[in-house]
Amino acid sequence: MDGIHDLGGKQGFGRVNYPSPPHDETWEPLVRALSAFALRKHIYNMDEFRHAIERMAPRHYLTAPYYERHLTAVASLLVEKDVVTREELEALVPGAFPLAGPIGPGRLPSPPEPFAIGDKVRVKNEFVPGHVRMPGYIRGKTGVVVGVSPLYPFPDAAGHGMQAPMEPTYDVRFRSRDLWPDSCDDALNHVGVFQSYLEKAEA
Amino acid sequence: MASDPEHPTATPAQRAAAVEIVLRRKGEMPETFVADFTDHAEEAWITGNGARMVARAWVDPAFRARMLADGRAAAKEMGFEFPEHHRHLVVLENTPDIHNVIVCTLCSCTAYTIIGAAPDWYKDIDYRARVVRESRTVLREMGLDLPSTTEIRVWDTTADHRYMVLPMQPPATVGWPEDKLAGIVTQDAMIGAARLEVKE
Repeated sequence: MDGIHDLGGKQGFGRVNYPSPPHDETWEPLVRALSAFALRKHIYNMDEFRHAIERMAPRHYLTAPYYERHLTAVASLLVEKDVVTREELEALVPGAFPLAGPIGPGRLPSPPEPFAIGDKVRVKNEFVPGHVRMPGYIRGKTGVVVGVSPLYPFPDAAGHGMQAPMEPTYDVRFRSRDLWPDSCDDALNHVGVFQSYLEKAEA
Repeated sequence: MASDPEHPTATPAQRAAAVEIVLRRKGEMPETFVADFTDHAEEAWITGNGARMVARAWVDPAFRARMLADGRAAAKEMGFEFPEHHRHLVVLENTPDIHNVIVCTLCSCTAYTIIGAAPDWYKDIDYRARVVRESRTVLREMGLDLPSTTEIRVWDTTADHRYMVLPMQPPATVGWPEDKLAGIVTQDAMIGAARLEVKE
C-alpha cells in the first residue's frame, strides 16, 4: 500500500536528530518482549506485524515513537487473531486504545522468472493495495541485479496470513539520478527487491 | 488518529501493561518471559558483537574474506545468534573511494543481534525519508563530510537480509591487539553514519 510508512525520498523533512538524545522509557523493553513473544508463539508473522504498523492512521504513525508503533501492531493483531476482543482490551486501560485500520486482500507471487547478476531489470509499475516491500521510490525504475539473496516467504501473501511461497530477492542497484532526476545527491541506491516485483528490462 | 478531548488516549505504558495482561491470561505467556527476554536482549545482542567481528576482520585476512563472503556464517563462527527471519548478513566494506550507509525506509530493520538495537536517530522519520535521496547532505549534517571523490552507496533494508558496514581501520591503530581494536568500533560506524578516527 502507498502508506505513510513508505518514507524513502519524501521531501520536506528536516535534520536528523543526531546524536540521539538519551531517553528512558521503561515501557519500551516491555513492548519489545511482548512483540517477540507473540511472534515466537506464531500468533502472527513478521510480515503481518509490519503490515499492522503500516495500517496505522497516518497521523498516529507519524507522531508515535517507534515502540508505540510496535505496541499498536501487537494489540491490533491480538484483536484480529481473536486472542482478545477490542472491548476487553479497552476495558484494561483508562482511555482510548487506538488500533490499526482494517486489513484488505493480499496477493500471491507472479510466476517465477529468475534473474542473473548483471541483468537489467525494471520494477513493475504496480499499485498493491495490501502489504508490499517495494518502496515507492523504485516503482517503474530500472536498475541492475548485483546480488541474489536466499529465499524468503513472499511478503504480499505472508502479510495477509496467506500461505506464502518462497522466492529470491535480488540486490538491485539504481543510480540516485535515475530515481530523482535533477533533485538528489549523487549516489548508488541498493534495494532488496523480491523477484515478483521485477521484470526484465531491455539490455 | 483524531484525538477526542472527551476520551484521551491511554499512555503507551498503560497500553503496554494491558497487552501484557492479555498475553499472560490468553496467550500462555510465562510470568518470567519479559524479564528473561529483556535480560537476554541486553546481554547478548550488543554492539560489541559487530565490533569484535570488525576487529577480527582487521587483523585476520582469512576471517575478513569469510565475513565478506557470508556475514552470517562469520557471525555464527564467533558464537553470535540471529532471529529466525534474518537469513543473510551482508557485510559492506568501506574503502577510501566507497562509503556504505544503511537505512530501512519502510520500517527500521537492523541486524540488531550483531550491531545492537537500532539507535533512535536511525528510526527517525527524517533519516528514513532523506538519506536515500540526499545521502551526502544528510551525512554532512551528521558530521561526516566525505570527500567529493568518495562514492556513496545507500542500502535500503527492504527484504529480510541484514547489513553491516565494515569500517576502515584508522591508520594509527595498526598493530593494536584485537580486543583493543574492538573497543574503538562504534555502532554508528557499522551503520555508516560515521568513520572511525584515532589520533596518531
